[in-house]
Amino acid sequence: MLNLTTQQSLFILQGAGWTILLSLIGFVGGSLLGLPLALGLTAKSMATRLATGFGINVVQGIPLPILMFAVYFGAGLAGFDPPTLAAAALAMTAYSAAFLAEIWKGCIRAVPRLQWEAADCLALTSLDTLRLVILPQAVRIATPPTIGFFVQIVKNTSYAVVLAFMELTYSARIVNNNSNEPFVVFTIAGALYFLICFPLSKLSRRLERSFGKTREAAK
Amino acid sequence: MTDPIVKFEDVHKRFGTLEVLKGISLSVEEGKVVALLGRSGSGKSTALRCVNGLEKIASGSLTVCGRELGKMNVDLRRLRQDVGIVFQSYNLFPHLTVAQNVMLAPIRVRKLSKSDAGKLAEHVLDRVGLSDKLSCYPEQLSGGQQQRVAIARSLAMQPRVLLLDEVTSALDPELTGEVLRVIESLARERMTMILVTHEMGFARKVADQIVFMHQGRVWETGDRSLLANPQTQELTQFVESDL
Amino acid sequence: MAGELDFGFLSDYWPAIAWGVVWTFVMTVASLIPGAAFGVLCALARVYGSPTIARIAAVYVEVIRNTPSLIQAFWLFFGLASLGLRLSPFMAAVLALSINFAAYVGEIIRAGLEATPHGEIEAADCLGLSPLQRITAIELPQAIERVFPALVGQSILMMLSTSIMYQISAEELTGVAWYIQSFTFRSFEIYMIVAALYIGMTGLMRAALSSVGLLVFTRYRRLRTPL
Ligand SMILES: Nc1ncnc2c1ncn2[C@@H]1O[C@H](COP(=O)(O)OP(=O)(O)O)[C@@H](O)[C@H]1O
Ligand SMILES: [Mg+2]
Repeated sequence: MLNLTTQQSLFILQGAGWTILLSLIGFVGGSLLGLPLALGLTAKSMATRLATGFGINVVQGIPLPILMFAVYFGAGLAGFDPPTLAAAALAMTAYSAAFLAEIWKGCIRAVPRLQWEAADCLALTSLDTLRLVILPQAVRIATPPTIGFFVQIVKNTSYAVVLAFMELTYSARIVNNNSNEPFVVFTIAGALYFLICFPLSKLSRRLERSFGKTREAAK
Repeated sequence: MTDPIVKFEDVHKRFGTLEVLKGISLSVEEGKVVALLGRSGSGKSTALRCVNGLEKIASGSLTVCGRELGKMNVDLRRLRQDVGIVFQSYNLFPHLTVAQNVMLAPIRVRKLSKSDAGKLAEHVLDRVGLSDKLSCYPEQLSGGQQQRVAIARSLAMQPRVLLLDEVTSALDPELTGEVLRVIESLARERMTMILVTHEMGFARKVADQIVFMHQGRVWETGDRSLLANPQTQELTQFVESDL
Repeated sequence: MAGELDFGFLSDYWPAIAWGVVWTFVMTVASLIPGAAFGVLCALARVYGSPTIARIAAVYVEVIRNTPSLIQAFWLFFGLASLGLRLSPFMAAVLALSINFAAYVGEIIRAGLEATPHGEIEAADCLGLSPLQRITAIELPQAIERVFPALVGQSILMMLSTSIMYQISAEELTGVAWYIQSFTFRSFEIYMIVAALYIGMTGLMRAALSSVGLLVFTRYRRLRTPL
């Protein structure tokens, strides 16, 4: 590519691979942790709601780079020496969980109250109500914003540079140090991010529109 | 006799392939009240909206306050200073107080000073009986009060003709009276008005001329006695359906 | 190195930390204001602009929102310098943050503008207001009020993202923390402190912006109902 050697280009591409991997780990981890948190935010018990909300606000009030440092050096202090991927993944998980929980809270709330009541009338247990009635609909509502948030996850993996983890941004920095072609290198890196993110953004919007239409048709 | 303020001559209007006005001819003299009646979909709103340029006519000629609207370069903003319109849904600006709603156009369009506009607002709101609501927001008012504010907002532009499109249709029955009384008092003050209404009794009371529209045409027209002795079957049915 | 927490370094380094807080604040405000203004322009361009202008604004928004702000900062700081346009770290950081903020603000306000009831637009036109008068007096103020909570959230995210700008050696709190830990090796402790400071700043910013909202939206202040 332009003034870069094949090796340098491959290095950047490899970084894109790590970016995707870190994004996926962050997303899966964030989902596993975010779902119970979302349920906590919509729980009947006020104490549960407040406690969950407090935890989420704390994570959302800390910049991701600091979160990454805290995880990495916290593990160090506890006697571990985690690979940077693990530390970054853990921080991404916490970050994603906090935001996904809030997004999903909105989606669970958006399932009309009537459905809860109808399910109550059918004498379903509240776990069954959640599993059989509410969640399937919430998932439908949640898909577009969740994909939209995945784009944020991909972009925010770039913060893993602070741990010198070899994702796309850090790879680009290294190639830039060797080639001294910052304009080319960072344009390419930006383009690669765009190639990953833009189709997802588009998909998210398309789904949102089509869901919006079916919802209106249902009225 | 002066020229009419509004004059339709063989006006046609289409939405795509649907011909909504099929040759309307109608004159409104200064100081007169014309009531447009007719079934839903007969083209009353469209005719009214042509008068202030919200809809463009396809052919024929439409003269409003001395301007011929078929012509290319009509200054719509100037036209709309002469022609006020009030809609079924009051369309007040919810983020502005009642007084601000009324003062906005006089300040921005007529370039009145704030204090002059304020006095004007007090005056027109007094005319619609709402001088105690100046600093309220629209959502704090009943539907009837909001509609009276909308009328006051139009009056503040001191229009030469006022268009009213089913201004009581969205209101609960017990709130229509207060709005109709305002319109009645405007009629007494010789405000030129074209009003589309379903309130036939009211039309009979205030209108100098009644126009019955049917399928995009002026089907029958006459003075307030028209409704008592309709000539066509359509108007007969229309009058009976109201009972 | 497993060990115990030691905050002893604070006695020497608290002025540096305070300095970092101040610069984070300065960088945030310096990006917030032009970013918001440009965001409003973006929204207007997309809603009212000619097809070409709307298209340009859309491309801008997509490019910015689908690339990381750190890459944009590198591009502005290192990339432009290699082309001969040398920005100071602070300038490059503020520029990157503002163009980012603008792209998000643009989309948020656009949603607010598109929620304007058609009847209000018609009413404004019928009163003889010019399109510009209608937009500035009727549509934009309500659009901003409608989406204000989202704007506050976006502003806080922007403040948090100042933290990455130490990567182009712009001065702010995270950069200070990094510098302190490189001397003291009390990495975990300093980042805990800084995390707490950011949480505090997030709370403060939310409170401050909400107060601005109360100050500006007089109707909301009186009635407390959403628009
Ligand atoms: N903007 C529009 N586009 C397409 N058709 C319209 C539009 N406005 C009105 N129409 C049609 O024109 C006809 C007359 O409408 P309208 O003037 O609103 O009647 P009225 O006010 O007498 O009920 C109706 O069939 C209506 O569906
Ligand atoms: Mg109508």
